[in-house]
Amino acid sequence: MATLLGTDDVRRAIARIAHEIVERDRDLPGIALIGIRSRGDVLAARLRDAIRANEGVEVPLGLLDITLYRDDLTRIGYTAQVKETRIPFSVDGRTVVLVDDVLFTGRTVRAALDALTDYGRPRAIRLAVLVDRGHRELPIRADFVGKNVPTALGDDVRVRLAEADGLDCVEISKAGGAA
Amino acid sequence: MSDVSWSRRHVLAADDWTKEEIELVLDTTQPMLEVLSRPIRRAPPLRGRTVILYFSEASTRTRVSFEIAAKTLSADVVSISASGSSVEKGESLLDTVRTLEALGGDIVVMRHASSGAPYFVAQRCNAAVINAGDGWHAHPTQGLLDAYTLRRALGSLDGRRIVIAGDVLHSRVARSDIETFVPLGARVTLSGPPTLMPPAWLRGGAPKGVELEPDLDRALDGADAVIALRLQRERQDAGLIPSLREYTRVWGLTEGRVARMRDGAPVLHPGPMNEGIEIEPAVAHGPRSLIESQVTNGVAVRMALLYLVATGEAASAGERAPSLEAVA
Repeated sequence: MATLLGTDDVRRAIARIAHEIVERDRDLPGIALIGIRSRGDVLAARLRDAIRANEGVEVPLGLLDITLYRDDLTRIGYTAQVKETRIPFSVDGRTVVLVDDVLFTGRTVRAALDALTDYGRPRAIRLAVLVDRGHRELPIRADFVGKNVPTALGDDVRVRLAEADGLDCVEISKAGGAA
Repeated sequence: MSDVSWSRRHVLAADDWTKEEIELVLDTTQPMLEVLSRPIRRAPPLRGRTVILYFSEASTRTRVSFEIAAKTLSADVVSISASGSSVEKGESLLDTVRTLEALGGDIVVMRHASSGAPYFVAQRCNAAVINAGDGWHAHPTQGLLDAYTLRRALGSLDGRRIVIAGDVLHSRVARSDIETFVPLGARVTLSGPPTLMPPAWLRGGAPKGVELEPDLDRALDGADAVIALRLQRERQDAGLIPSLREYTRVWGLTEGRVARMRDGAPVLHPGPMNEGIEIEPAVAHGPRSLIESQVTNGVAVRMALLYLVATGEAASAGERAPSLEAVA
């Protein structure tokens, strides 16, 4: 187990992404953040707090569970529990920033894009991730990245966040390693 | 993503379900309600699956509820009823269901006048079977939707006392309610004419967690909720009640009676209601009534069950319905 990002690195990455989100579209009132469960929602709330501190604007915050949109529901061999989705605003005409912890195959993001279209027609959808570890299986890329990390396919990249895990860090376990 | 275990192939009755299984269905119901509230009420998990609704006994709300549930999850839905099908030409239940399955049914939702019919079918075909009501025996989706409605209103069923009033003898709803509520920690008080109670229960053989209180006023005193059962007028030829007027006077839910419960304690009814017989219109449409939300919750509960049955471990094991050679 090696640490890719320490607590301070996570803090700086989130602060930088918060600035980049605002710089990219320069339409602060039109931006909304939607976090993908179950770490993206925590990151999205942090980004909302950072934008509020920097700009004095409260951007709307949503929470998305993509289970019903997975493409492997009958292949995984266990029951994926459906959790609550909460998008308490209209996405129509907004710039929606999807937030997730790790970008890997891109299948979660594909599912999230499908889910979002069932809520309306955003003006644009952007993607913010804390870690991009490569190995995409779909033509998807992130607009805002905390850190690009070269990994082997079998590696395990784990994001820990204080709200859910007690501390902030990003760790990697090498494939076949002794944990 | 935390995951849980759902290994049931069929939903026949909740009589052997664990608390955890019941809670998984109720926890899955919540996000399904959210799907129903969206601008576009559709999600894709049952895409490419066929759900056959086979109702050989009269039903509107349950059939429509299952149909909306299946369609909202993107299943293809085929609906047949006994009249107008080959059942009228003398085809047996088993042959009908085998044929439906061979046509590509992954899930058969069935209602039947004979208790146990869904078990008979589940043992003999590869499709998953969901019981939508069999005779006097069980109506598990109603029990689950009532449990969900009560949990939402009361926070939890643990330690609550729920009154079920009326014709318990003929009621599969009452049986399924009991099977669902008791594992969640509720106590159930049954109140109705002794002639409309299961004789074995009157003799002290009531299920665990269930007590009988023939005096409805006493049953309601301090209760946390009441479920009024439909008086099955089509089953009253046997002279089990003296008259409808007498029944209403002694067993009808009136505003005065429901006020004996705790403040705000809700009133449920599985529908269809005989307003003015087992329930006063002022109660059915009053501030305590959750009867309309039962209808919405019913769709969400059925979505949850369809999702769990279609994607759970039993479904993932590769037991898809066989192809046409089964009928050859």
